[in-house]
Amino acid sequence: MNLFNIIDEIEKFDPELNDRLNPRRAAIKNITSFGSKVALAAVPFAMGAMLKRAYGAAAAPTVVEVLNYALTLEYLESSFYNTGAASAGLIPAAGASYINTVKDDENQHVAFLKTAITASGGTPVTSPKFDFTAGGGTGNGPFKGLFSNYTLFLKVALAFEDTGVRAYKGQAPNLLGNKDILTAALSIHAVEARHASAIRQLLGVSPWITSTATLGNDTGVSQVNGNYDGEQNVTQGPVNVTTLPSVSGSTTSVAIATAAFDEPLSMDQVLALLVGTFIYT
Amino acid sequence: MKTSEQESIGGVNMARRSFLRYAGLGVASAGLLATAACHKDHKVIVSGGIDIGAKGDLAILNYAYALEQLEAAFYIQVITTPYSGMTSDEKALFTSIRDHEVLHREFFKAALGGNAIPALTVDFSTIDFTKKSAVLGAAKAFEDTGVKAYDGAGYLIQDAGYLTIAGKIVSVEARHAALISNMLVAGSFAADDQVDSNGLNKSATIAEVLPIANTYLKTKVSATNYSYTA
Repeated sequence: MNLFNIIDEIEKFDPELNDRLNPRRAAIKNITSFGSKVALAAVPFAMGAMLKRAYGAAAAPTVVEVLNYALTLEYLESSFYNTGAASAGLIPAAGASYINTVKDDENQHVAFLKTAITASGGTPVTSPKFDFTAGGGTGNGPFKGLFSNYTLFLKVALAFEDTGVRAYKGQAPNLLGNKDILTAALSIHAVEARHASAIRQLLGVSPWITSTATLGNDTGVSQVNGNYDGEQNVTQGPVNVTTLPSVSGSTTSVAIATAAFDEPLSMDQVLALLVGTFIYT
Repeated sequence: MKTSEQESIGGVNMARRSFLRYAGLGVASAGLLATAACHKDHKVIVSGGIDIGAKGDLAILNYAYALEQLEAAFYIQVITTPYSGMTSDEKALFTSIRDHEVLHREFFKAALGGNAIPALTVDFSTIDFTKKSAVLGAAKAFEDTGVKAYDGAGYLIQDAGYLTIAGKIVSVEARHAALISNMLVAGSFAADDQVDSNGLNKSATIAEVLPIANTYLKTKVSATNYSYTA
């Protein structure tokens, strides 16, 4: 067994691993240095624990890492709307001002985040490649034809907006107490929620996410069930909010409880939803 | 009314008591109870209001609780006395928003427990609930102000769990705000009265938000430790 070969293999699939986790490589070197004392059978267990730490409850990302993650999501959205706006015949007159407003906001977010990253001493990442059909680069995914089918375009737009809201929300704790960056991130988060509401209105679904006890996704687009998974949560902090009183009685329905609170997604969850489908290298 | 005033006194005192205990001032509880009795006799609401208290998460949660009380009361009134010509679609949307705001209110009340500020008495005398334009205008003001308030106070929250919950609520407020804006002017869901040239929603400080909220409150809310006294 060669641990370094395994690490190299992982790096082929996750180029960020090395950057993010250099200290772990040192830790692995330490293990091999006293490897003679470690039973061979125990090594995979040690690896598993290390990778779990690396991908699971690892050290919180830095501010620059959070901003670069946000920038990647904004590249996705801006490229999507820029392509949509440039697709002749796609957007009807009634929707043009809506889509243009969203497009302009997303492009402003890209510019703003680049500036914020540089000001924070970081380097803005470059844009990855996108396949808006969710085909992982084949252009032949489940949303094929979205730039000539307005309803399909809106459905993908909605998944991006609702997921964007969840993604920003998930990063708030990593910016705890940071007046400038947290406030900016929350302010983008609110604009993404405004977009999500507006796209929902264009699609004719409720402006807020109304889940059932078992299904977070209320859009009827089953391909994006994963993007909404968790929205069915009704426990906020220590409180199951369905046990709280409502106007109509001593408890609150799941529909109200899920609509009244949007749920976050972690960085890993969001990347797993996008990489290999909408984002590819 | 009496009950709610008494509750209010109990709530404020509990917050004060735990703060004092935390600060290690060692004030005898008998003394505090005496103070409470005194306040009760002279009405705590002498100055016409309450304060969200010492700097910290409890103050920020009480700030949010105050705003959610105001929003909930507003939409309850909207549904109780619908403006003339309210369509069934509009009524359904306002009913949903009302239910969300009531749940936000109840959530903060439950989460704060004995540290919660009292039930506030609202004053909507400046809003003509019979007119659609007046109701939509007020709704937009409440929602936009709510979004700006959460965005502006987020960095003051010290507990990651509370910060996430604030985030869960503010995006729903933003969804409301976008809907109401579009009901007033189609396509104005992210217009530049609320969103700046960087594509960021505007934010507001506690000292900027409470004076606006207080125009709709008989029980004035202060945040003396955050630079605002009503």
